[in-house]
Amino acid sequence: MAFVEQLGILSVTPGMVAMWAIALTLLYLAIAKEHEPLLLLPIGFGILLANLPLTGLMTPEEGLLWRFYRYGVEWEVIPPLVFLGLGAHTDFGPLLSQPRLVFLGAAAQGGVYLTFFAAQAFGFSLEEAATIGIIGGADGPTTIFLAAQLAPHLLGACAVAAYSYMALAPIIQPPIMRLLTTEQERAIRMKKGRKVTAREKLLFPIAATLVIILLVPASAPLIGMFMLGNLFRESKVVERLAETAQDALMNIVTIFLGVSVGATMSADNFLRSDVIFIFVLGLVAFAVSTACGLVLAKLMNLVTSDKINPLVGAAGVSAVPMAARVVHKIGAEANKKNYLLMFAMGPNLAGVIGTVIAAGIFLSMLGG
Amino acid sequence: MAEDVLAPLAGKVLSVAVSVGDTVEEDDEVLVLEAMKMETVVYAPLDGEVTALAVKVGDQVEEDDTLATING
Repeated sequence: MAFVEQLGILSVTPGMVAMWAIALTLLYLAIAKEHEPLLLLPIGFGILLANLPLTGLMTPEEGLLWRFYRYGVEWEVIPPLVFLGLGAHTDFGPLLSQPRLVFLGAAAQGGVYLTFFAAQAFGFSLEEAATIGIIGGADGPTTIFLAAQLAPHLLGACAVAAYSYMALAPIIQPPIMRLLTTEQERAIRMKKGRKVTAREKLLFPIAATLVIILLVPASAPLIGMFMLGNLFRESKVVERLAETAQDALMNIVTIFLGVSVGATMSADNFLRSDVIFIFVLGLVAFAVSTACGLVLAKLMNLVTSDKINPLVGAAGVSAVPMAARVVHKIGAEANKKNYLLMFAMGPNLAGVIGTVIAAGIFLSMLGG
Repeated sequence: MAEDVLAPLAGKVLSVAVSVGDTVEEDDEVLVLEAMKMETVVYAPLDGEVTALAVKVGDQVEEDDTLATING
């Protein structure tokens, strides 16, 4: 009899079956459609594993996936390591070449703050509202970092929403971009920025670390690792470290991050009526952030003679480089000799930093 | 008057649509660059004859590198 009781199949609940369907959908999107496969594949499989009965995988202190989650995510190890890799991969040249575009990356955090207030109005707690708002940046690791501190029960849903909206940027952003800009504005060809020297690029991660962390200390884990990775790259003396950070180490932590995020999505955590709100509010956050960037770019054009193509404002969300690619594509539709990619990378990178700063502000206000 | 076709952004040459001696019209495709996993077409800045081609498929170019010269 004991053997029969140990049979998992007798303990399957309808909720688990529903989660299997979600897991299989994510696996399908990852494998057949190649939507963010590096993340959705491990997340999908993590969901499947976490929703099999009697495995003990998420049992506190014992389960394998619990350990991945506890020591990787809850202990704030993996998201900063992802940022280390991103830093090693990032060329801040486009941002340094046109510093005025930094404002667009800041404006595009508007959706994050607006949704923070909207989510509270819908009855979410302050901590939950902050976690939902940060989805507006469409930045997976930052969302996970904040959720693990403020609202761990929402981590899975918020992470999947953030990664989904990042992947869906080419579908979500263009209608907003067309609505808020005229054909003439989209066709604006921007003047090239100045050349950025190697010395400026070398000094940037050090200066940015000092300025940002002195202002928002709670952003230190992400900004610190981001800028260390970038210093690996720009110093030109530790190419091995830069390569490892953006390649091997990034791949390793992605495995643990994906599986851990998936494992947080048990039926109890995920099949709740407020999860649908999270996806809707997250989408609103992302759309409003896109709009804020566009509108600020248009306002800046009122006072500057050197016109900005307002589309680059839409890249102020932190979905790198998806949002910049979308801008480039929509700009080229209006004028085929319009090459906005590198202009859009400036606000896009500023957006990453902006979202991390927003997370740091929420953490210092709400963190225990 | 000869005019250089400059790389609008850094990237890898994915394909070249013209050869030396070809006649092109303004806005004809000259070559395709790949930057950040996106294909970007570079167009002829004027009507004329391609007198020099500075790159081949697979080359990595920097922004403002000369890609070709067109004599119009």
